[in-house]
Amino acid sequence: MDNMFQRSLEDLIKGFRLQLLGESSFISRALEEIRREIKATDLSTKSTALHKLSYLAAIHGVDMSWAAFHAVEVVSSSRFHHKRIGYQAITQSFHDQTSVLLLITNQLRKDLNSVNEYEVSLGLECLSRIGTHDLARDLSPEVFTLLGSSKSFVRKKATGVVLRVFDKYPDAVKVCFKRLVENLETSDPQILSAVVGVFCELASKDPSSCLPLAPEFFKILIESRNNWVLIKVLKIFAKLASVEPRLGKKVAEPICEHMKRTVAKSLVFECVRTVVSSLSDHEAAVKLAVAKIGEFLVEDDPNLKYLGLHALSIAAPKHLWAVLENKEAVVKALSDEDPNVKLEALHLLMAMDSYELCAKSDPLFCNEIIISVLSVCSRNAYEIIVDFNWYVSLLGEMTRIPNCQRGEEIEHQLIDIGMRVGDARPQLVRVSWALLIDPAMLGNLFLHPILSAASWVSGEYVEFAKNPYELVEALVQPRTDLLPPYIRAIYIHSVFKVLVFCLGSYFSAQESSSGSSSTVAFTYESILNLVNVIEIGVWPLSGAYDVEVQERAKNVLGFIGMAKQDIAKKVNLQDNEAEACRVTAFMEDVFSEELGPISANAQEKVFVPDGLELEENLGDLEEICGKFLKPVESDSVPCADKISFSVSNLRIRDQQEASSSSTSLPPKASSSLLAEHRKRHGMYYLTSEKNDPDSNGTPNDYPPANDLASEILLDPLDPKRKAKHRKSRPVVVKLDEGDESRIITSQAKTKQESVTDDESLSRAIQSALLVNKKGKEREAKGIQI
Amino acid sequence: MGIRFILMVNKQGQTRLAQYYEWLTLEERRALEGEIVRKCLARNDQQQCSFVEHRNYKIVYRRYASLFFMVGVDDDENELAILEFIHLLVETMDKHFGNVCELDIMFHLEKAHFMLEEMVMNGCIVETSKANILSPIQLMDKAH
Repeated sequence: MDNMFQRSLEDLIKGFRLQLLGESSFISRALEEIRREIKATDLSTKSTALHKLSYLAAIHGVDMSWAAFHAVEVVSSSRFHHKRIGYQAITQSFHDQTSVLLLITNQLRKDLNSVNEYEVSLGLECLSRIGTHDLARDLSPEVFTLLGSSKSFVRKKATGVVLRVFDKYPDAVKVCFKRLVENLETSDPQILSAVVGVFCELASKDPSSCLPLAPEFFKILIESRNNWVLIKVLKIFAKLASVEPRLGKKVAEPICEHMKRTVAKSLVFECVRTVVSSLSDHEAAVKLAVAKIGEFLVEDDPNLKYLGLHALSIAAPKHLWAVLENKEAVVKALSDEDPNVKLEALHLLMAMDSYELCAKSDPLFCNEIIISVLSVCSRNAYEIIVDFNWYVSLLGEMTRIPNCQRGEEIEHQLIDIGMRVGDARPQLVRVSWALLIDPAMLGNLFLHPILSAASWVSGEYVEFAKNPYELVEALVQPRTDLLPPYIRAIYIHSVFKVLVFCLGSYFSAQESSSGSSSTVAFTYESILNLVNVIEIGVWPLSGAYDVEVQERAKNVLGFIGMAKQDIAKKVNLQDNEAEACRVTAFMEDVFSEELGPISANAQEKVFVPDGLELEENLGDLEEICGKFLKPVESDSVPCADKISFSVSNLRIRDQQEASSSSTSLPPKASSSLLAEHRKRHGMYYLTSEKNDPDSNGTPNDYPPANDLASEILLDPLDPKRKAKHRKSRPVVVKLDEGDESRIITSQAKTKQESVTDDESLSRAIQSALLVNKKGKEREAKGIQI
Repeated sequence: MGIRFILMVNKQGQTRLAQYYEWLTLEERRALEGEIVRKCLARNDQQQCSFVEHRNYKIVYRRYASLFFMVGVDDDENELAILEFIHLLVETMDKHFGNVCELDIMFHLEKAHFMLEEMVMNGCIVETSKANILSPIQLMDKAH
């Protein structure tokens, strides 16, 4: 692309858009060009090159700091066009560390003193963007002059710069402030805008210094019709009124006027915000503001809804009634499509004292709020929650709300968070302890699930507890009698976990004489005390009616009994003789494994080991295991029905084969299986018709009873026999009789002929078996898989 | 400090104009732009509000045809006023270029910059009258 003419920026852009090479290679080519051109002495070439470079830097992120000196050169040109390009490059790329920064001071000074107001404005804009301390200091006299310039265009710009200058060089305030104030009184709207903007920023940084100017601002507030200016003035007053309450009274009136009169929503919003944040003592103003918020909340525009909620959340701490008035809108917002609106509504509800809110509204609404909050927060594994400590304490607070009926959901979330969020565990334990220690909770039926979660959490994450002793006290307090037994059992188990933890840290503390790593240090007296408290608390439960409670209580007491001796002997972990130490260490190990959440698809992910068939029709086993097994399809069918079931199944299979459908078994295998089965148990095959033509030639006659009985006895794995053995396993004799009747009745259900024959047969079998019960049992047990 | 930055990004995520009122390095800028663009482009205009919270400031955005206008502001800024400001900017550009489109901005990037500079100084909105904003630019064009 070597041509005599330099490519202008426009050419560059066009080339870029049409480029056939890759983007980065195009850029590097262009950069090479630019580097060449920029070194030229001719200012035009230089400036065009700089221009292109600025473009590349701005849009494609190319570094242009190497061209800093060239930018300074370009700026010194007398042509306005070049100056523009140069200043543009400077504003874009210069920063505090640029080495050539000093070089532009003079240039800036020249430009600021120029007659041409546009040059001045270029200089001022540049200063406002890159002004450093030195630049500000050196140029503040110029700025000062310009603040009093006759041209409003210049004055406006100078005012704009003032902030930066003040920021970087505070001494300039002394010099320039007066002029600034003078500008405040101007009637020129351009300048006014700028000045008010400056004061807005100054007021937020230091309200008291702007306080004397309040009368001017007041004048502007009343007279101005420019919404932008009004918004800024309102912001100023918001800051000033917080320092000077008397101002509030004066200002409330005009603000209300504006709220009522204006059409511009932005102004309304600013008025509302000012009122609720700084003028919250003025009833009339607040009422009007809340009315306006209500209007915002019911609008369709999500922007207004969001802002309404935002304003409401500012107002909420002092004016709860405002929220109550708009509660339907707020709850509706919880299920809004926009996540921002939802979040805002959520924060609003949470920021307030939920207790008060629910005390004043009906229980149904209360629970509605709770359930919507819970579901919103827990969506997608708590993706909106950032501060889990806050959320956990919120869950605790929700428990205390009267009429709370969402025990299961809160319980679930407490445990879920404990498993998923490791960092939240200390807070979780703290909150749980607060819930456990409160005797009032125990009386409330709805809260029992939450208490069970709280106790589980305390036991599982006891290492985060500040004071395990208090935890134990909470868990064994007498009032826990009110809890149902299954929750009581959880309590006792948590006590056990706490005990193991404490003993573990006690024993390890003994071992290392200088401070142990655990957060709680146990002395001999304290551990003995703890153990005694547990013993006293748990002992009455060892005679409890519920078996689970009884068992767990006995576990704990047994452990304590063993541990007490060793504590008395003051052993440490090194001592391998001490049984308690070993057991404690062992139990600690057991409890140390972290329980985590399990996916619903976890079972599917477990690989089926080789050789384990889960899906297949077990008919194949006939081939594999010979005559020791019977193809039975379902294990869950009760034993008594197995006989008829297997028969009917085989019958179905038979028919299927006849109609040649595709089964998992190859037809040949199944028919051979069938044939064998029929051979052995032909007498049990009951035909649907008297003379079955497709019985495959199997003789449908019944062998005499004697043969039958012997055959049955010889065959150890007769299904009927199997069923019989299953029933005979329990020690209690009664069960057999019950099963007997079952077998008979189920046989009766199979509505085939010759039932009576079977019945007598079965009875014969049973009587025969009862005699040789023991021997057969052993045999059967040995053969059963 | 009021306005922190102004971005114009197209639907594919390419930045067409970026004006920063506080110094950020190139990497920071790119990272910031990437994050914000992803957030805003993923949102549905009709049902969702035009404000996005990002770190410790807010982003007010609006989509005009193929271009997203995003303004990053401090927390205490009036969002509706910023929306009006964005609209004012678009109207001003429209008046100057006549039916402004993305290409206009691409080819006349510095004009867009000048317009912005007239309107915003040091992060504060100083000029809101279209005539006042455009007169210096028109003069400069004539002189050139």
